Amino acid sequence: MSNVIVRSVNGVWDWFTERAPAFMPFYRKHMSEYYAPKNFNIWYIFGVLSLVVLVNQLVTGIFLTMHFKPSAEEAFASIEYIMRDVEWGWLIRYMHSTGASLFFIVVYIHMFRGLMYGSYQKPRELVWIVGMLIYLVLMAEAFLGYVLPWGQMSFWGAKVIISLFGAIPVIGNGLTEWIMGDYLPSDATLNRFFALHVIALPLVLLLLVALHIFALHEVGSNNPDGVEIKKGPKGNRWSPNAPADGIPFHPYYTVKDGFYVCFFLIIGAFIVFFAPAFGGWFLEHDNFTEANRLVTPEHIKPVWYYTPYYAMLRVVPHKLSGVLVMFGAIAILFAVPWLDRAKVKSYRYRGLLSKVLLGLFAISFIWLGKIGAGPGTDPTETIIGRFLTAYYFLFFLTMPLWTVWDKTKPVPDRVTMHE
Amino acid sequence: MNKTFLARVAALACGMLLSFSALAAGGGSGLLQAGTDISDRASLQRGAKLYMNYCAGCHSLKYLRYSRMAEDLGLTEEEVMTHLNFTGAGFGDHIVSTMPADKASEWFGQVPPDLTLITRVRGSDWVYTYLKSFYLDETRPLGWNNTLFPNASMPNPLWKQQGLQHAVFGEPDESGEAPVERLEISTPGTQSPAEFDQTVRDLTTFLEYAGEPAALKRQGIGVWVVLFLSFLTLLAWLLKNEYWRDVH
Repeated sequence: MSNVIVRSVNGVWDWFTERAPAFMPFYRKHMSEYYAPKNFNIWYIFGVLSLVVLVNQLVTGIFLTMHFKPSAEEAFASIEYIMRDVEWGWLIRYMHSTGASLFFIVVYIHMFRGLMYGSYQKPRELVWIVGMLIYLVLMAEAFLGYVLPWGQMSFWGAKVIISLFGAIPVIGNGLTEWIMGDYLPSDATLNRFFALHVIALPLVLLLLVALHIFALHEVGSNNPDGVEIKKGPKGNRWSPNAPADGIPFHPYYTVKDGFYVCFFLIIGAFIVFFAPAFGGWFLEHDNFTEANRLVTPEHIKPVWYYTPYYAMLRVVPHKLSGVLVMFGAIAILFAVPWLDRAKVKSYRYRGLLSKVLLGLFAISFIWLGKIGAGPGTDPTETIIGRFLTAYYFLFFLTMPLWTVWDKTKPVPDRVTMHE
Repeated sequence: MNKTFLARVAALACGMLLSFSALAAGGGSGLLQAGTDISDRASLQRGAKLYMNYCAGCHSLKYLRYSRMAEDLGLTEEEVMTHLNFTGAGFGDHIVSTMPADKASEWFGQVPPDLTLITRVRGSDWVYTYLKSFYLDETRPLGWNNTLFPNASMPNPLWKQQGLQHAVFGEPDESGEAPVERLEISTPGTQSPAEFDQTVRDLTTFLEYAGEPAALKRQGIGVWVVLFLSFLTLLAWLLKNEYWRDVH
């Protein structure tokens, strides 16, 4: 009896591998024979967590599209229909809206991890560049999605963000009309944003995520010590040619990530079930009022994940300069692999100067976020915001200098285990 | 080894949550505490009755159906249709005011807004405070003003219960306008101040429910989901330890 089952399973498997000979080599290359450094710490889970959130967004998003009506007349009411009349619709919607914010939390931590451990340095420049493209597309995707419920903040947020393109000389006005398909955000705008949000950008995002992972697996993962395990001694329990400090991604990191993913899901469930609006940070209070182009909200602000850049836009007195500063703040991130000239990767073996400057950078980014989320009426805050913006840029622009000046400690030959 | 590590993970997560909820809780702007509890079914039922009698004439709840309200508040179809539905709408229909929009603007200066999501926009404390902040003001077209929402077009719908409130003005400021210092009940209503507080609380509780009917069961389900995930996390942790035993 069991022989029959074993024989048929093996038969199907042989049939499959004969016709898909590339499958097992692909699996081995990316899973069972992808040797990752054995010393990853907790900072290394945020890449996997962003994949988990991406899947959550795709799956819940598909179910939302089944009930959402992409028209200015019906969009707002269709969200309430989902929240009330669709079975489990409220859960799907909260998972999607919470997922959007969690996406940015994990991606910001993931990016900060890269800065800490020099994960963008040679030979991982492409991994970083593709990652930055993902970040850029993610911001666009989140913005488009935020417009869809057609609440007051959707409408007025869209109006403010799209009007930024109007600051471009000569073509500005024509460009904003072309984006909106109207003179104001309207039915045409909502309809095309829906198309971009559910088809165009998710496709781009998936492609970039695949490229990000393939680019990483080509060069191998960095680690908290910044030691290149491929340059170290060879030979481990699994293969004589594999790096001695590497362990197979599967099963070692799949089970480890599995544990962290479960833990992360608990945090997500807490938010979804007990604080889905998160005090107005994940679902803004004003967005529970339907869009009305005749009533301007007292206080227009983007969702928290854009607020650092929004603060930069506001503290710069001139509109076009503000827009340039804002986009420049993102553009400069692409250059980081060439701005960092340090001989070591990880902050563990860098001097005090680098650690302090990186810490201040994190603080200034969060502080800018706080300023951008506020009403922007306090003149002292505007001055502070200018200093923080200046620091943000100086941190990167002077990076070629301080990464060379700063003393470094000797990097060990092998990775170190701290846990 | 693993304990300290776990503790660190937990600390990191808690820190993240705490700092965010601290951000989220910011800004108490002198509103009264509504003290609502949507799991209090009697309060919800009293609130629904108050709403249908004193509010629904002008303010719709256009995303809430009579039938859904009956189901969630434990009322029968007959009870709802005879005691709470005065518009002749069907049991499965949304709760919509029959006041014509053009007449409404004529009478009040604007169309009374739909209130389904009012607590999600303003918060329950705001609604509670607003309903307690009406005072007589002869300069207003309908004779009523409100300290929380100055020059609101709405008259006090609960004046019979609360009684008539007058404003006590303080010293005039530079612009020559005297600010309202406090409100005083000059003619008592049918309810004592404590009874009236409960009336307003019931109404606010009902509006909080109307803003998110799913909230009634959301937390109850959440407890099970979190328990299940905690168990799953424990298993995943044990599995991870088993595999990682030989990595040094």
